[in-house]
Amino acid sequence: MITTTRTGGRRGMTRKTRRLWLVLACVGCLGVATALVLNAFSSNIVFFMAPSQLRDHPPAGDRTVRLGGMVVAGSLARTTEGTTPVNAFEVTDGQAAIPVRFAGILPDLFREGQSVVALGTMQKDGIFRASEVLAKHDETYMPKEVAEALRKSGKWDPRFGKPPSAAEWDTMTRTEARKITAQGSGAPASNGSNGS
Amino acid sequence: MIFGPEEGHFALALACVLALAQFIIPLRGAARHDRRLIAMAPLLAVSQLVALALSFFCLVWSAVHDDFSVQNVAANSSIAKPLLYKITGTWGNHEGSVLLWTLILGLCGAAVAAFGRNLPAILRARALAVLGGVSAGFQLFCLLTSDPFARVWPVPPDGQGMNPLLQDPGLAFHPPILYTGYVGFAVPFSFAVAALLEGRVDAAWGRWVRPWAVAAWCFLTCGIALGSWWSYYVLGWGGYWFWDPVENASLIPWLTGTALVHSAIVVEKREGLKIWTVLLAIATFSFSLSGTFLVRSGILNSVHAFANDPARGVFILGLLAIVIGGSLLLFAWRAPSLMAGGLFAPLSREGSLVLNNILLCSICAVVVTGTMYPPFMQLLFGKTISVGKPFFDATTIPLTLPLFGAMAIGTLLPWKRAHLRPLLRKLRFAALAATVALGVACWTLSGLLPILCAVGAVWVIAGSVTDLWVRLGVSAGSFSHSLARARSLPRSAFGAALAHIGVGVTVLGLCGMSQAQHAIVEVKPGAVETLAGYQWKLLGVHEAQGPNYHAMIADIEISRHGHVVTVMHPSKRDFASQHQTTTEVSIRTNLLWDLYTVIGDRHGSGADATYVLRLHYNPLAPWMWLGGLIMAIGGALSLSDRRLRVGAARRTAHMNEDVVSS
Repeated sequence: MITTTRTGGRRGMTRKTRRLWLVLACVGCLGVATALVLNAFSSNIVFFMAPSQLRDHPPAGDRTVRLGGMVVAGSLARTTEGTTPVNAFEVTDGQAAIPVRFAGILPDLFREGQSVVALGTMQKDGIFRASEVLAKHDETYMPKEVAEALRKSGKWDPRFGKPPSAAEWDTMTRTEARKITAQGSGAPASNGSNGS
Repeated sequence: MIFGPEEGHFALALACVLALAQFIIPLRGAARHDRRLIAMAPLLAVSQLVALALSFFCLVWSAVHDDFSVQNVAANSSIAKPLLYKITGTWGNHEGSVLLWTLILGLCGAAVAAFGRNLPAILRARALAVLGGVSAGFQLFCLLTSDPFARVWPVPPDGQGMNPLLQDPGLAFHPPILYTGYVGFAVPFSFAVAALLEGRVDAAWGRWVRPWAVAAWCFLTCGIALGSWWSYYVLGWGGYWFWDPVENASLIPWLTGTALVHSAIVVEKREGLKIWTVLLAIATFSFSLSGTFLVRSGILNSVHAFANDPARGVFILGLLAIVIGGSLLLFAWRAPSLMAGGLFAPLSREGSLVLNNILLCSICAVVVTGTMYPPFMQLLFGKTISVGKPFFDATTIPLTLPLFGAMAIGTLLPWKRAHLRPLLRKLRFAALAATVALGVACWTLSGLLPILCAVGAVWVIAGSVTDLWVRLGVSAGSFSHSLARARSLPRSAFGAALAHIGVGVTVLGLCGMSQAQHAIVEVKPGAVETLAGYQWKLLGVHEAQGPNYHAMIADIEISRHGHVVTVMHPSKRDFASQHQTTTEVSIRTNLLWDLYTVIGDRHGSGADATYVLRLHYNPLAPWMWLGGLIMAIGGALSLSDRRLRVGAARRTAHMNEDVVSS
């Protein structure tokens, strides 16, 4: 058992100085970690938004958000630009429909009239440019954010049975859009039938 | 039936009772110094394992024999399922995976009973008691809230089958390996609690704990690498790590486990960092537990999981509170009684290991914050947010870089106190290699962080090679002299160097992958696309019928400079009965880069049909998992050395006991 209280030589290493080193290292590291986290939080947090929220409060600049809702039935249109496949579809929460543009392969579980989450940015022209589209797991499953957003939109409560069918969503969106245009409150929401 | 579900259920209940006995009897024996009670601990641990194994075998038996009266089998299996997946499917669901979890915990207890003969009897009895207590808790959870043997009436003629995405050999063996990693950290945890009860941590304790921690670490490393590889070749997005809560749940204990493996060295060699090591052992297992049960079950992720089965959620939260809270309380109570160890200068082996621990724990704290912040925001403020790769890249990489710096230096430092000049002389080679790497990286990689990481990785590898070089005395003596030294050098030295090289290889792979190129194209057969210097030509697409799916298979010819390199066959399978489609990726690797192709949808029909293809060029992709494998081999190598060390520890232990008894 070797327990020297002093290592000798030029620098005597007492318990106090050793502890000081340790504390300094810990505090330094923790400080750096906190600074990194705060910095990353301010720029890298991605908010989830329902179509109506996105319409009412468009995010500033080119901030990435997650848009979630139901794919409007009959809104899916595929084209190619050069050899790149481009998908255009609309996402609704029963109050507003947001047109989405996505260059890439849609996931296997992507279906019209079913829930979807798109990661991307809102463009100046009112089109949501998605860099990633998620439709997960199985056809009965709905991402919980989407379910929550739909509940908040007041169009469907997950506690009361199955979600409305695709056609019902379209009707709801159209009614809402008509209501808004009737009130004359600017921002005409696109009606969910132009893609078909 | 001999191995029916009722027998399995009974065996599980029996195991639970045995585990409870394993918890109570040895603790009482240790408190009263009753040798007979203490001696019962290993016996109880082994019999608990036998009961658990029987119970698990019964579940497998029901699955193999298509006993759809068992709800678990009916919900997850079907007659048409291949035998392998009938067996592996037993742990592919909540109930079965909890049973597997407790089985592995029972295995750990029996291993401590069998291999721990050199341990002081009281310490072993207490460690086994802790394992028994944890075991009993989770078996109760299994019995009361998630019974894998529950029957269903009326008996369905066929089961509902398994998600075709999960019918994959990689995923089939992923959970047992990952769970062994998670659960393996229960052993260091039990040793830590036993040491706290005893009020003594010494060098011998470090020597006993370290092999268990290293073994668990090896499995966890393999488990994480396997999971990442699975998502790379099955999900078909070309990604390998998504910073998903489930993935982070395995990374967090890996980080603290790595810190534990290193800090236990200081306990073993210098009797320092004792309190810290005990805390790390507790923290690692706590993270493993929370990871498996909170994140995986989605309790924290979604409030709805509680609503679905409140009993399950409350039970698991209570169990976690008892295990984690209890051990932390014990720690707060007893830790001050542990004596501090030897002194060391900042520039020393201990100093570098302390730095390693601080950095690893900082990274861990950052990952925990990133993982827990969104669910807490959801819970407290109702805001739905998410953090992803940009957040974790921006926070973890700056903390990893100094860690790489310390990794190469630390192994070259002597214990207690080092001098700068000999250190710098030893580091010449590593510095040279890093400088060359900097040049190459600036030329081939784009982006500051990948360049810095690549330089760090080369620095780590060169440092590990230098370490072996110096220890073998290659530069000083003749070849035969070095060979003789290589024989006498402990295997753990090779193991440590290999594990560090593994880290370097993985990081190089990650740097390479940051430069991956991909293209998504929609083409007709015959079209040629150029990506990363290769010509990718879609020769044609044909259809084929599988056992329970219909497949669309593409033939893609890849050539370079006019020479055909390979023909790849990505396919898309349509499981009509389950309304599921899966993507079968085609990967060609030469160990330096992967060519990775995926076929998407078909549009149009007949001669006008076009196909969406996804083409990836992934440089150094195999290195990411190769590095993980090297790390695990390094750990195993160091473990094979441990057996001798445990023998050495026995002598001191017996001496200690003699001193105590005399």
